[in-house]
Amino acid sequence: MTQLALVIDLNVCVGCHACVTSCKEWNTSGEAGCLSDDNPYDRDPTGTFLNRVQTFEVGEYPNTQTVHFPKSCLHCEDPPCVPVCPTGASYKRAEDGIVLVDYDKCIGCKYCAWACPYGVREMDEHQKVMKKCTLCVDRVYDGNLPEAQRKPACVLACPTSARLYGDIHDPESAVSKAIRDNGGYQLMPEWGTQPANHYLPRRKTEIRIHRDELQRADNPLKIDGLLPKPGVKAPALDDVTSW
Amino acid sequence: MRPAFSVILLTTLIGVGQGLFLALYAAELGAMFDLLPVQDGRRFFAAGDALALAFLTAGLLASFFHLGRPERAWRSAAMWRTSWLSREVIVLPAFMAAVFGHGVSHYFGLGGTLMPGALGVLLCLVLFVCTGMIYACLKFLQEWATPLTVVNYILLGCASGFTFATAFAAAAGPGLTETFGRCAVAFTLAALCTRVASLVRNARIKPRSSLQTAIGVKHPRIAQKAEGFMGGSFNTREFFYGKEASPLRAVKWGFLVLTFPVPLALLLAGMVIAAAPLLAAAFAIQYLGLIAERWFFFAQASHPQNLYYQAIS
Repeated sequence: MTQLALVIDLNVCVGCHACVTSCKEWNTSGEAGCLSDDNPYDRDPTGTFLNRVQTFEVGEYPNTQTVHFPKSCLHCEDPPCVPVCPTGASYKRAEDGIVLVDYDKCIGCKYCAWACPYGVREMDEHQKVMKKCTLCVDRVYDGNLPEAQRKPACVLACPTSARLYGDIHDPESAVSKAIRDNGGYQLMPEWGTQPANHYLPRRKTEIRIHRDELQRADNPLKIDGLLPKPGVKAPALDDVTSW
Repeated sequence: MRPAFSVILLTTLIGVGQGLFLALYAAELGAMFDLLPVQDGRRFFAAGDALALAFLTAGLLASFFHLGRPERAWRSAAMWRTSWLSREVIVLPAFMAAVFGHGVSHYFGLGGTLMPGALGVLLCLVLFVCTGMIYACLKFLQEWATPLTVVNYILLGCASGFTFATAFAAAAGPGLTETFGRCAVAFTLAALCTRVASLVRNARIKPRSSLQTAIGVKHPRIAQKAEGFMGGSFNTREFFYGKEASPLRAVKWGFLVLTFPVPLALLLAGMVIAAAPLLAAAFAIQYLGLIAERWFFFAQASHPQNLYYQAIS
């Protein structure tokens, strides 16, 4: 079984929104039609996005941490949005675990969006169908692209490599190792949706030094007292070795 | 959740239609066992079925306005194995067909209406369950995820249907006003109990999701600083009903007054002095109350996705 997913490193994300624009660019230009916008350069701009970067402040001033938090469809292993769909437009692919919407079958009843606790499905107000992250399914399997480019657009765009992509069911994959080694976690685990996308927590890099390590406890100078100092006229090592 | 008027109309209108059909079938059964006066097939049963069908059709029509792509609505019967919405889409037309068949047999006096009528009753009950389960099955909408949701849909539908049936009997069903009126009062009182029970339950809900579980950071103080966009999005429009809690409270008391005590008083008064206009007013006011009730049902439900959309910047 394969379960493709993203692993997002919150320790590395700088909140630059490059993944958002790259996602929008790729997915608005595809066969499925555009991700429509309204008033993009006017008051109250609004539009359909498959990926958003949000910002949270943790703690109280002055001890705060800014957490930039990219959020797209988590491709749950038990997706609550799929069984509620009356037409079967919303489905989870058996071969790679990607949750997709068949835009030709969707009737735009919004029931799947009601059934998603993460708020990652967005109704396209012009095509009147539900849109969501496809994990760039039209990209990752495209044999015309060089191997290194067969990744979701957001992953390729990330300047800090905060987004990893791979099969989380393969224990040897980079994403599985990242989840294992860096404490990868799932969002809202209380609902049992088992999101495939994982997040790596913020990590503070601290150097731990104890007071007794600042000065060498077994310093021979402390044990034996001061060593005899050579006289001013006595030849130093430099006089011997230099020529 | 933002209340969707198409869905409010759908659920309230088909509730009236379902309750009315149950009342008609009860009258038919009662007449068979000599408990209730025998009614005219055309003036009472066929006309009543036509009215029930009108309510159901109006509800079905309203539901189309909820869809982004109504021309594809036929596809929604596909996933009946998993989706309560799909089940409702199948059962509603089946129930309408049963009501139609029941009415036609009475109109032409074909006889043998009891078994098709029983099938209609069965479909009617299944339809109540399907409608309620559409909401009750969404486990993280904690205000909805309770058996009380289904019970309320059944009892409120029966209450409004029987109230309408009482007014209808005053016009076309001699000798039935009293019985239907008593049933309407009983259903309204029962619905009052279960609806208040669900209000009490919902007032005590502890949300299972929090900002901590939503972003996975363990700290008691987390504040959103940006939600990813400056204007609105589908997520800020669909899942929020408004700004403050005060209209919510006003609507709550409004529906509690309009759905229960006022129709009860009008029903009792209408039964005592046998005045059809009072009974009709009882139905009209109760139906208005039900619209408010359904609005409140949506507005009160708080979706966990709202945790991600707290602050623009």
